[in-house]
Amino acid sequence: MTNSIADIGEADVIMLTGSNTTENHPVIAERIKQAALSGRTKLLIIDPRELGLSRFATMHLKPRPGTDVAWINGMAAVVLNEGLQDGEFIAERCEGFQEFEQPLSEYTLEKVEAITGIAASDLVEAARLYGKAERASIFYAMGITQHVNGTGNVKALANLALLCGNLGKAGAGINPLRGQNNVQGACDVGALPDFFPGYQRVDDPDANKKFSEAWGVTLPSQPGLSLMEIMEGAREGEIRALYIMGENPMVTDPDVRHVGEALTSVDFLVVQDIFLTETAALADVVLPGACFAEKEGTFTNTERRVQRVRKAVEPPGEAREDHIILAALAERLGSPGPSLKPDEIMEEIASLVPSYAGIRHNRLNKGGLQWPCPDIDHPGTPILHVGRFSKGKASFNPVDYLPSIEPPDEEYPFVLTTGRILYHYHSGSMSRRSHNLEEKVSAGRVDINPEDARRLGLREGDGVRLASRRGDLISHAHISSRQPPGSIFATFHFSEETANLLTNPALDPVSKIPDLKVCAIKVERWERGE
Amino acid sequence: MVGITVNGRKVEAPDNWTFLSAVESIGLRVPTLCHHPCVADSGTCGICLVEEEVTGRLITACNTPVEEGKSIFLDTERVLEARALLLQLIFSSHPVHCEVCESNNSCKLRKLAIEAGITGREFPYRQDYRPVVDANPFYLRDLSKCISCGLCVRACQQVQGVGTYEFQQHGSAARPATVIDSDLDSSVCEFCGLCVSICPVGALIEKPSLHQGIEEKTVVTTCPYCGVGCSIGLHIRENRIIGAGAGVPDSVNNYSLCVKGRFGLDFVDHPDRLKKPLVRRGGELVEATWDEAMTEVAERLKAVRDESGPDSIAFLSSAKATNEENYILQKLARVLIGTNNVDHCARL
Ligand code: SF4
Ligand code: SF4
Repeated sequence: MTNSIADIGEADVIMLTGSNTTENHPVIAERIKQAALSGRTKLLIIDPRELGLSRFATMHLKPRPGTDVAWINGMAAVVLNEGLQDGEFIAERCEGFQEFEQPLSEYTLEKVEAITGIAASDLVEAARLYGKAERASIFYAMGITQHVNGTGNVKALANLALLCGNLGKAGAGINPLRGQNNVQGACDVGALPDFFPGYQRVDDPDANKKFSEAWGVTLPSQPGLSLMEIMEGAREGEIRALYIMGENPMVTDPDVRHVGEALTSVDFLVVQDIFLTETAALADVVLPGACFAEKEGTFTNTERRVQRVRKAVEPPGEAREDHIILAALAERLGSPGPSLKPDEIMEEIASLVPSYAGIRHNRLNKGGLQWPCPDIDHPGTPILHVGRFSKGKASFNPVDYLPSIEPPDEEYPFVLTTGRILYHYHSGSMSRRSHNLEEKVSAGRVDINPEDARRLGLREGDGVRLASRRGDLISHAHISSRQPPGSIFATFHFSEETANLLTNPALDPVSKIPDLKVCAIKVERWERGE
Repeated sequence: MVGITVNGRKVEAPDNWTFLSAVESIGLRVPTLCHHPCVADSGTCGICLVEEEVTGRLITACNTPVEEGKSIFLDTERVLEARALLLQLIFSSHPVHCEVCESNNSCKLRKLAIEAGITGREFPYRQDYRPVVDANPFYLRDLSKCISCGLCVRACQQVQGVGTYEFQQHGSAARPATVIDSDLDSSVCEFCGLCVSICPVGALIEKPSLHQGIEEKTVVTTCPYCGVGCSIGLHIRENRIIGAGAGVPDSVNNYSLCVKGRFGLDFVDHPDRLKKPLVRRGGELVEATWDEAMTEVAERLKAVRDESGPDSIAFLSSAKATNEENYILQKLARVLIGTNNVDHCARL
């Protein structure tokens, strides 16, 4: 997030898209509701599904899934037509405006309506709402990024924010809601194939030299393989050993049948986790780790706030804190260095990552610190890009709408989208072992529009079989007018019926994010006992 | 800013403050019952009375705005008498089975009664029995104990934006109810537990913490579920998490948590937790010592690297692990194996 959770209430307009916030980021949803209830903030939702936040919204537009670039560009075109752009901001702080402006004229209201299904008048109204606001923030989540053209979606949103000068002030900004508790931090500290800690590229000679010197070895300068490429490499025999710490790709990755093949193809699979997950069950060695309550360290939340994790209880049996396991492995692999304690590890991170330079465990006792935090006295940075961008000027990046690569057709007439529900989390490896949460909801379900249900002869709770070109699953129908016609929503928490049996592993070429949000499926009634 | 006087002491307070905030700003205390910092004040219970010097009026400090030149006293005889009377009125319909009530030592009403020197009922007991409702895994409602302070109603509407409850019936019989008086499980309730955590008595009680005893310590940490990063106070007793709460100063979430953060942490001591390293022998995963397991990992990684090169090995790190662990894992991959094949499920 460029901005902070604390300044949500300062927005005049919040534009929310591709995020079912009440289920996925409940406490942020609560802040958005409070802002809307205060009467000061107008909420504009653009999302195919009716959401928990819809009743707080001034407007809710429902585009067809996978058509985001079209409506975002369409909104930008309206902003320009009506002269609502922030000319001063564009002139002083941005570049590439002309290249961006020109092709936009193609996004006429008629064309956008034809692609997205959003009525021209609604799009104009939405563009005015966003464009006229003094402070307007954009919030989005995986509904925007988990597409084959997810990078394009994100760029298009950034263009819109730049166009209206909505960066560098409270109540504005571009605010992606990160999924897992420490996705942000894992990226920040370099758990990425192309970046060292602090987003310093492995193939940048200066960065490579810096880290090679700091770590006392010559480091490889070729970017490594991404998650999906690793899985492919494993299937093809290029990856022979795989070490997995705390992940459960057997449930969370698209097209889990192929993931299963990948994990069984490698010669040696190590899984370090707290439970014998679906993935750990395939391993050659399973190492029992410690959970969040059993160790010291930090997580970095979606607003870049580095916060303390504190040890409250001892790990069970012989389970060990993960950094101790890694230190033991490092020693056996011939590491010359001593094994460090978590606060010492943070000092090392701070010495190599400029935005973490001022972060120390003992500075995090009062609500943590938001990076960039460049020195030991720095109070942290709640809002990015105030006054100037770190790289000088921000660029507009023209993006074009590309139709989804797997549109519905006669054989597979429904669009499947996947996501989470309030009571469970991700692969369910934690939430499904919470007695309380599992008692509340213990099976997946698929949401289907009442009209579609009638056509298929489905009633609430009936068995349904969903099939895509990759696989099929059996679940239960939940009939909901919240679900737009022609589309199905399914969860991926429940390994026995994970929607990722169906999803499409095609990747966004830049971000390498798989297309989890749009794939074509067919739906039929499934009789029990069949 | 306006100037007021509290117990003879001058206090400067911003215009939009109440007498209660002004009093608290100088470290003094006014007892309260229906007040909570996360919701707007209603002045319903009247416990926060203070005496205005000039007029002798008793005013509720929680919802009376400060006014230039006003002078108040906190513990005058009239204030104490009026407060004791109000408490007695509450006890006329509130059961006093404190020793078997789960709220017990954390009950605000009980603390106030002790402070006010109340030892028994002065008014006849009018029992207002309501059955306990508990059709959900998270909390139970025992409305016989409800004192109609309205905190749950206000919190759910104003903070949670859900509006599960509204008052039904009137006067002293008023009780918060769901819209058609349905079970919580079939209401709009999202089980965030905020109302439960601020109920001053034992009318709303967390089920998972029932009969778990009182915590020995509270450890402040960060929620392991989603990217909001709520601060959580873990209630610990005998090396177990027996409950979780919010309200950590300077936290992103103030008094709020969602159902996962408040009620979903019991996976920590699930019996299926892995307690020993496992290695595959003859197709089966069997228990091993750490030394065996680590030696096997190191030797086989080294063997693969020597045969097929460092890029035949890959590491998946974790968006659930700490920054420090992620850092060490990627460093190990890059420095000790010599590959950039390290990723995590950021994109999922
Ligand atoms: S648990 Fe949360 S949602 Fe449910 S009634 Fe209480 S405050 Fe409202
Ligand atoms: S309590 Fe809920 S909203 Fe807060 S971090 Fe945990 S899962 Fe997210």
